[in-house]
Amino acid sequence: MQGISFITHNGRQIPRAPTELGWADRFGGWKARWAIGRMKYSVKPGIYAVGNPDAGSPVFVSANYKMSFDRLRSRLVGRDGWILVLDTKGINVWCAAGKGTFGTEELVMRIEEVRLSQIVKHKTLILPQLGAVGVSAHKVKQQSGFSVVYGPVRAEDLPAFLDAGMKATEEMRQVTFPLRDRVVLIPVELVSWGKYVVLTAACFLVLAGLNPKGYSTSVAMSDGVRAVLILLVSFLSAVVLGPVLLPWLPGRPFSVKGLWIGLAVLFAGGLFLCYHTNAASGGFSTAAWVLMIPALTSFVVLNFTGASTYTSLSGVKREVKIAVPIQLVCAAVGVGLWLVGRFV
Amino acid sequence: MARLQYLKNVVTLNLDADKCVGCGRCAEVCPHGVFVIENKKARIIDRDSCMECGACQNNCPIDAISVGKGVGCAQAVLNGVLRGTEPNCDCSKGCCD
Repeated sequence: MQGISFITHNGRQIPRAPTELGWADRFGGWKARWAIGRMKYSVKPGIYAVGNPDAGSPVFVSANYKMSFDRLRSRLVGRDGWILVLDTKGINVWCAAGKGTFGTEELVMRIEEVRLSQIVKHKTLILPQLGAVGVSAHKVKQQSGFSVVYGPVRAEDLPAFLDAGMKATEEMRQVTFPLRDRVVLIPVELVSWGKYVVLTAACFLVLAGLNPKGYSTSVAMSDGVRAVLILLVSFLSAVVLGPVLLPWLPGRPFSVKGLWIGLAVLFAGGLFLCYHTNAASGGFSTAAWVLMIPALTSFVVLNFTGASTYTSLSGVKREVKIAVPIQLVCAAVGVGLWLVGRFV
Repeated sequence: MARLQYLKNVVTLNLDADKCVGCGRCAEVCPHGVFVIENKKARIIDRDSCMECGACQNNCPIDAISVGKGVGCAQAVLNGVLRGTEPNCDCSKGCCD
C-alpha cells in the first residue's frame, strides 16, 4: 500500500493509512476488475489509524480485500478513526460474510488480538451493514463487550451517516443494483467465461471441416469461421447486454432474460442473412443455431445470478432445476443437428 | 426504477411474531426492506424481495426469525449438483465482488 506511515499511541506503533488513494491503488482496483491477481488483492489484517485518532475515536471494521479497505479509507478524508481489518482471505465484506469469514468469531478474535481495549476507551464498533450476514451483534456484545452499530451499506454514505450522529437513512440501508454497479462486473464475467468460449469456438472451427468426402480445410475456414463469429456475437451479447439491460429484459428468471437476448441475436442474424442471400445455409444448420444461440445466452445470463444483489438461493435452485435441463437439451440437439448438417 | 425482484413465492423466510420483542435489528440489517417495525413488533411487508442472506436471523437476539440462508448463485448450485454437495460458492469466478 502506498503512503503508509506510523503513529505512536499508548506506547504502541500503529500503521496509519492515508485517506487518499494513489495511482497504484487505482491501478490495482482496475486490475482486480479484470480478474488479474484479484485473489491475492489483500491487506494485512489488524488495526490501522486514519488521521490522528485518540482513545475516543470511532472504530470501523473492514474486510482485508484491498478494494473494500480502500473504499472505506478514501471516505474518511479529514476524519480521525481506527480501522479494524478482519482476515477475510482477501474477499469483500458481503461475500466473506456469506462464507462466515467476516463473522462473529473472527471479529471477537481480532478484537482480542489487536488488544482493542487498550487502544480505545469506548465500546462501540461501526460495521458495514452487509457484514450482518456473518456477524451476530448480540453475540459480539456477549463475547467481547463491544456493541455493534451497523453503518450504511455503501462506504460513500459513511460521511453522511457519521455527521447524522451514526444514523442511517432508509436509503443507506438498501442494496440496489444500478447500471454502474452492473457494468463494472462485465470485465470479470468476460474473463471468467473466456477460456470456455475460446475452447468451444476452436472445436466448432475444427469440426466445421468435416464433410462427406472426409475433411476440407477451405470449408473449415468458411463455415467454421462463421460458426465462431456467431458464437462470439451470441456470447458477447449475453455477457454485455445481460447486465446492462437486466431490469428491462422481461421475466423474473434470469434464464428467461437471457433467452430474449438469444432471440434478438437470431433475429438480427436472420435479417443479416436476408441481405446476404448467397450466405444462406442449409436447414440443419439454421435449426441448429436456432437451438444453440438461445441456450447459450440463457445459460450465461442465468449465471449472472451470482453477481446480482437480489437473488435468493431458493429461487436459483428452482430456476436451475427447470432451465438447465432445457438449455442442455437444446444445446445438445443443436450441436447434433449442426454436425449432421456437415454431411447432408 | 422499480425495485428489482426475483421469483415470487419461493423464499424460506419465517418470522415468529409471538416471540418478537421489537428490537428492530432485522429491519436495520435487511438490505431489501423486507421488515417494518409496527407497535413494537416486526412485520414482513415484502417477502418476495428477500434474498435469504440471513442477516436478520443472525442478528435476532431471541431467534424469532428463520431463513434457509444461502447465496443465490446458479454456478454455486450447479457446482453442488456436479459434486453431489450443498451449493458451493468456492468457484474462482468473479461473483464475489
